[in-house]
Amino acid sequence: MTTAAPPATRTAAPNRPADVIFKAVSTTAGVLILVALAGVAIFLVAQAVPAIIGPLPEDDSFLAWVWPLTFGTLWSAFLAMLMAVPVAIAIALFITHFAPRRLAMGLGYLVDLLAAIPSVIYGLWGIAVLAPFLQPSYVWLAQNLGWLPLFTPPASGTGRTVLTASIVLAVMVLPIITALCREIFLQTPRLNEEAALALGATRWEMITMAVLPHGRSGIIASSILGLGRALGETMAVAMVLASSGAVTFVLVGSQNPSTIAANIALRFPEAHGLTVNMLIGSGLVLFAITLIVNAVSRIIIAKTTVDGGR
Amino acid sequence: MSKRIEVNDLDVYYGSFKAVEGVSVEIEPRSVTAFIGPSGCGKSTVLRTLNRMHEVIAGAWVDGEVLLDGANLYGPGVDPVNVRRQIGMVFQRPNPFPTMSIRENVLAGVLLNNRRMSRSDQDDLVERSLRGANLWNEVKDRLNIPGSGLSGGQQQRLCIARAIAVSPDVLLMDEPCSALDPISTLAIEDLIEELKQEYTIVIVTHNMQQASRVSDKTAFFNIAGTGKPGKLIEFGETTKMFSNPSVQATEDYVSGRFG
Repeated sequence: MTTAAPPATRTAAPNRPADVIFKAVSTTAGVLILVALAGVAIFLVAQAVPAIIGPLPEDDSFLAWVWPLTFGTLWSAFLAMLMAVPVAIAIALFITHFAPRRLAMGLGYLVDLLAAIPSVIYGLWGIAVLAPFLQPSYVWLAQNLGWLPLFTPPASGTGRTVLTASIVLAVMVLPIITALCREIFLQTPRLNEEAALALGATRWEMITMAVLPHGRSGIIASSILGLGRALGETMAVAMVLASSGAVTFVLVGSQNPSTIAANIALRFPEAHGLTVNMLIGSGLVLFAITLIVNAVSRIIIAKTTVDGGR
Repeated sequence: MSKRIEVNDLDVYYGSFKAVEGVSVEIEPRSVTAFIGPSGCGKSTVLRTLNRMHEVIAGAWVDGEVLLDGANLYGPGVDPVNVRRQIGMVFQRPNPFPTMSIRENVLAGVLLNNRRMSRSDQDDLVERSLRGANLWNEVKDRLNIPGSGLSGGQQQRLCIARAIAVSPDVLLMDEPCSALDPISTLAIEDLIEELKQEYTIVIVTHNMQQASRVSDKTAFFNIAGTGKPGKLIEFGETTKMFSNPSVQATEDYVSGRFG
């Protein structure tokens, strides 16, 4: 403790009213978000406890009950990301590096518009258009590729399978990932792009040498945001997916796993007693999954971030 | 290895704006040619037309010829990607690829052309290029650290190593020392003197002492006013350009009376 205290004689700087007010407002806002998060967490834990410890009416344990839902949530989100991320990166690259400027602006605007469509609309489109459209190809897949565990027959008669739901999810998360990737790709230092071009790189080689390495952490971050939406998406999945609660990897069958969020939406209106606690408990699981996904992504981003390269 | 460049009556445009007008120069193999002139006079633009890097900016085009040993770089069917593989470039600020190691940076251009290169050939090339850029002794023990971890002067020499690793015919340098301290600048200038044995070098510089130190011939560019095209005022032996130029504007510029 050798640090000298500031001289007491020094007069304190005058407090300017605008600074005081702004500090109070921003501090309140910061605290508010913590309070809200804590409130949600406490509510979830308190309401879930009876389901987690108590004997359940039908199943053996809470874990056995929530596992198929957790599986369905992760599986559908995984499939959606598998389809959405490459397409989103490709669209973002097209907008930033290939399209003529006028087309790029229009296309960027369209992609943003895609994000503004309510999920109910996506759900309706999934049921009314996408499911019937895909159903014949599911039959074909089950007949011809049925030996693959992913396409084991029988095929679904309605087309409302986990694959259809995942495609709908993919379309929904596409604009988020595309918009963020576009911003990141635009920020690639021009020096790095020119370095690649001056070595005789083609446009695509320049992208792999300069744009993608620079955007790596941003691609991961945007994918995680998209994943967050895919994991938590409720309405579209609840409408599209004809679920039986099975744990299966089959993409085209009539037996499909449900997701946590969709299951809560579908069952909560008629739930009473312990069922309410069970549903809230599953919500707690979803909350935990999202937290873990975010934490993991933070770690990955911290590890892959490169300095500006100047 | 080293080729002769002939520029015939070159005009450079950005869209409908004429940036540079009527440039004709002949650049001998194994020589250093310096482009000097005030900011905005088009010297960097002309340099970039020599490997078609100006085309990176949308709407840029040229009228006239640039001949590399007689072959027109702007002839029909000439791919700018191939042009840039023959004519290397070093930029104003060091720009190693930040995610690549020193070794990967040196190999970046070579692996574009020739992906199946044996490990030992790669090692040889990395050593040869880094020695050529006077960087080998400083980095030979840490070839696998990121190139962005080096000092500015070392990064610039890494960029030169990366450019010469592809064995270009010509090396273009766009103010290669303007972001460097005097010691690093000296290292680069010594390097230019050595590289001259093998390459045709064209260098843009704002530093007239540098131009007089390193170059054999000097081209002075000037601009009449904002919005007017830049022009080549005088081109000749560096010694003559700095001691006894034939145009008054050149004398004013090199003697520091303006610019």
